[in-house]
Amino acid sequence: MTSLRVYIIRRILLSIPMLLILLSVVFVVLRVAGDPVSAMLGGHAPISEIERIRKQLGLDKPLYIQYLNYLMNLAHFDLGRSMIWGQRPVLDEILEHFPATLELSISAFTFSILLGVFTGVFSARRRNKPADHAIRLYGIITYSIFIPWFGLVLQLIFGVYLGWLPISGRSDPRMAPEIITGLYVLDSILTMNLPGLIDSIRHLILPTVTLGIYLSGIYTRLTRTHMIDILQSDFIRAARARGLPERTIIYKHALKNAFIPILTMMGLQFALLLAGAVLTETTFSWPGMGYFLYERISYRDFTTIQGTIVFIATLIVLISLIVDIIYVYIDPRIRY
Amino acid sequence: MANLTAPKMITSMLSKISPRRGVEGLFIIVGLVIVLTFIFMAIFAPVLAPYDPNKTRVGGLYESPNSKFPMGTDRLGRDILSRIIWGSRTVLIVTFLSMALSSACGVTLGLISGYVGGKFDTALSLFMDSLYAFPGLILAIALAVMLGQGIMPVTVSLTVVYVPIYFRMIRGEVLSMKESLFVEAAKAIGAKGRTLIFKYIFPNVIPSIPIVLSLNAADAVLTLAALSFLGLGLPAHIPDWGFDLRMGYGALTAKIWWPGTFPGLMIVLLTLGFSLFGEGLAEILNPKLSGR
Repeated sequence: MTSLRVYIIRRILLSIPMLLILLSVVFVVLRVAGDPVSAMLGGHAPISEIERIRKQLGLDKPLYIQYLNYLMNLAHFDLGRSMIWGQRPVLDEILEHFPATLELSISAFTFSILLGVFTGVFSARRRNKPADHAIRLYGIITYSIFIPWFGLVLQLIFGVYLGWLPISGRSDPRMAPEIITGLYVLDSILTMNLPGLIDSIRHLILPTVTLGIYLSGIYTRLTRTHMIDILQSDFIRAARARGLPERTIIYKHALKNAFIPILTMMGLQFALLLAGAVLTETTFSWPGMGYFLYERISYRDFTTIQGTIVFIATLIVLISLIVDIIYVYIDPRIRY
Repeated sequence: MANLTAPKMITSMLSKISPRRGVEGLFIIVGLVIVLTFIFMAIFAPVLAPYDPNKTRVGGLYESPNSKFPMGTDRLGRDILSRIIWGSRTVLIVTFLSMALSSACGVTLGLISGYVGGKFDTALSLFMDSLYAFPGLILAIALAVMLGQGIMPVTVSLTVVYVPIYFRMIRGEVLSMKESLFVEAAKAIGAKGRTLIFKYIFPNVIPSIPIVLSLNAADAVLTLAALSFLGLGLPAHIPDWGFDLRMGYGALTAKIWWPGTFPGLMIVLLTLGFSLFGEGLAEILNPKLSGR
């Protein structure tokens, strides 16, 4: 076997203990930090009711049995059933909301990288000039943005006062595309539904800008730092000596070399993206996983909250695995 | 920065903040001014606030900003300015308390774990790393759901989120320091255990703490606001920016912009104050990290 294949297999095996530890942390936090039933019922419920729910959740058993049950159920992809309304399986409900989160994440992520790389390059080329300082300040300000507030301001300006863009939801119900993948923009294209496409994109703009700007600061700083280094290196001087146009030098020669640290950061940013998505979705009533979590928090629907957090933990392990594998293909120097 | 005592370190830090340092110095000063303004507001809240923050109907409902209510009134006719002033007390108490607790726990555990090593260290590091892998907000949500509402539960939730950051940083420094000459020398003259950790190693890790502390404070302000925004924060009688922002959405479409905009602006300003201070400090104390 090639060393590449060995590396990938080893990396996959390594993510199993990582996942196990993360899932155990979720268990510890949700069981040891407090009692789920009293957290749910608020401590004023009749004892018979508490006992009933305790039994239903299997909380009357010793802690180690609860832990084993928890892991066994997860191994069967069973996240339990919701405790309110139709008591549907939690996994089904999460998967229903996941495409909305995925669509928002993809568009915000792309927007943040484009914006971050562009501002970073702009800043690096004007090092220590006023424009550079302004963009460095921008990097710090984005880090301090409180998503719900920024979203509120955008909603006020572009939704309420100018009336250009919708401020909540994913689509106008009259124009919602037929669901194939659950990504409305993609579905509208697949079904050749032009009004639906325009409507989905219009709904996507404000949440994307809110989350995208919040995430972009780190790419601005990263691109700036690396571009400053790279622009001073010999091969750039050589390219200049050959008389290549500045645009080619910057975007083709220099940026390519700044891309590996940016890729690493993309992998690290997923955790922040997920947390940011919870707030963005709540702000814009975007019916994804985060909004779903927010909704169920207000009902203290314990199994759903636990299920969503488990789902997020699994997602994080999976994404870090994928990023690491992409990484080896892009940078062949990394073979452990 | 080897083996400086704390007062000496502070003077050397201050001497580096001069107008000649340009933008970094400016960042620190602006950040400090913002943070100090909020601290001033928090301390003198009873004197500064024109009205009782919880008293309903001190004016009309949703009165727009005017000379009597500079930031208007909210849905219950409470004065928004007064709520903001009292809210600064809430956010600063929670932030400072959780920073103190998390740095104390994280630094102590990091020192011990790094020094003792072995299986204890492996197990603790594994646990801390997996806490760290979680998005801070999601972890805080999980804890806050379980611990319930109130100042202490929220403080504890935030503390748990930030402990791993201090732990990882300090443990790393202790590991690299363990092999250094002055530790060897201290061992040779018979220092061991607690003395070695707290008298020889600890003073040398202090310089890296203030930067992390202020950057974490910035993050903690946001996380607290997010918890309150999601309805997991504080009971209704404690004025709280995040929750007021949430309530500000209620009448948004009626062009009533002030109940949400002002509390949210305060969250951003205070976060910016801590970040500017931390960033400026980082650039000056640790030029290697600059630009990150």
